[in-house]
Amino acid sequence: MRPSVGDRINWPSRQGCLTIGPVCGTTLFNSMKAKIIITPKKAVLDPQGKTVQSALAHIGYTGISDVRVGKYLEVELDGTDREGARKAIDEACHKILSNPVIEDYRFEIE
Amino acid sequence: MNVAVLQFPGSNCDQDVVHVVRNVLGHSARLLWHKQPSLGAVDTVVVPGGFAYGDYLRTGAIARFSPVMEAVQAFAANGGLVLGICNGFQILCEAGLLPGALIRNRSLQFHCEHIFLKTATADSPFTNRIPPDKLMRLPIAHGEGCYFADEATLARLKANNQILWRYVDAQGEATEAANPNGSLDSIAGICNEARNVAGLMPHPERASEAILGCADGRLVFESMIHAVTSKLEAKAA
Repeated sequence: MRPSVGDRINWPSRQGCLTIGPVCGTTLFNSMKAKIIITPKKAVLDPQGKTVQSALAHIGYTGISDVRVGKYLEVELDGTDREGARKAIDEACHKILSNPVIEDYRFEIE
Repeated sequence: MNVAVLQFPGSNCDQDVVHVVRNVLGHSARLLWHKQPSLGAVDTVVVPGGFAYGDYLRTGAIARFSPVMEAVQAFAANGGLVLGICNGFQILCEAGLLPGALIRNRSLQFHCEHIFLKTATADSPFTNRIPPDKLMRLPIAHGEGCYFADEATLARLKANNQILWRYVDAQGEATEAANPNGSLDSIAGICNEARNVAGLMPHPERASEAILGCADGRLVFESMIHAVTSKLEAKAA
């Protein structure tokens, strides 16, 4: 059955892609979506990135000097208070979604 | 010694710790579900290994917000002994009870093998019964055991003698080849500045009886028992 606007769908959350709340492909007019990108800090060893980099070189993609593998999260928020949402997401990123010891984060709200 | 062994959804070394404390060492241990808001009358907390909350998001990231962890924070702030083993070490780092973090193994492989461990200092409640030249042979089983801390934190760990264990080869040398996961400075275990909270990636509870091939892990628990009983004796005197 095709989901319609306002339906709440429980999307299976997986590591690296956390989805909360309504998922309809587009953001509802009375809700916001935070798009969060978490990357390993420059000083932190990223063996996954290194492996992807050598795989790229192996199949012929030359000229790639570095690859870092991180996480992308989409978080749906109720309401339209963008400033409040920005504050809440920033706090959540610092507190749980990223580990400031090893990761950097950035996000946008749309 | 009265030990509380925490149980998160996904813990899988909890029963092993209880077995060693009760049946091998003859002390008391009980399991404590992570939803419990208090620890009750205990003098040691063990955060066991496993995959709490399926390691979702990051290892230990969700477990650290379980109600029992607030009680552990207060217990640790009061000087109570807390030991984190493997996933427990990851949880204590996430909770900020120990500095640094544990990231993916350098090889990207899950390592399940026996390693040699050298104890860097006997000056802690977790190492006081380990002879200075003793190489402990303990099993490891982890995918995220590469210890990382920034330069300032590493310098502080060294200055305060907080590095408790390093991975070494059979000759006791901390070589690159003997480092199973790429840990900074071959670090396998550390303690906090107050020396009452420690974590290590190897599993002493899986190597505390001769029938399992090695009983070196007992030394860690015996150190804790010694620390707790001498503290109680000092109080009584």
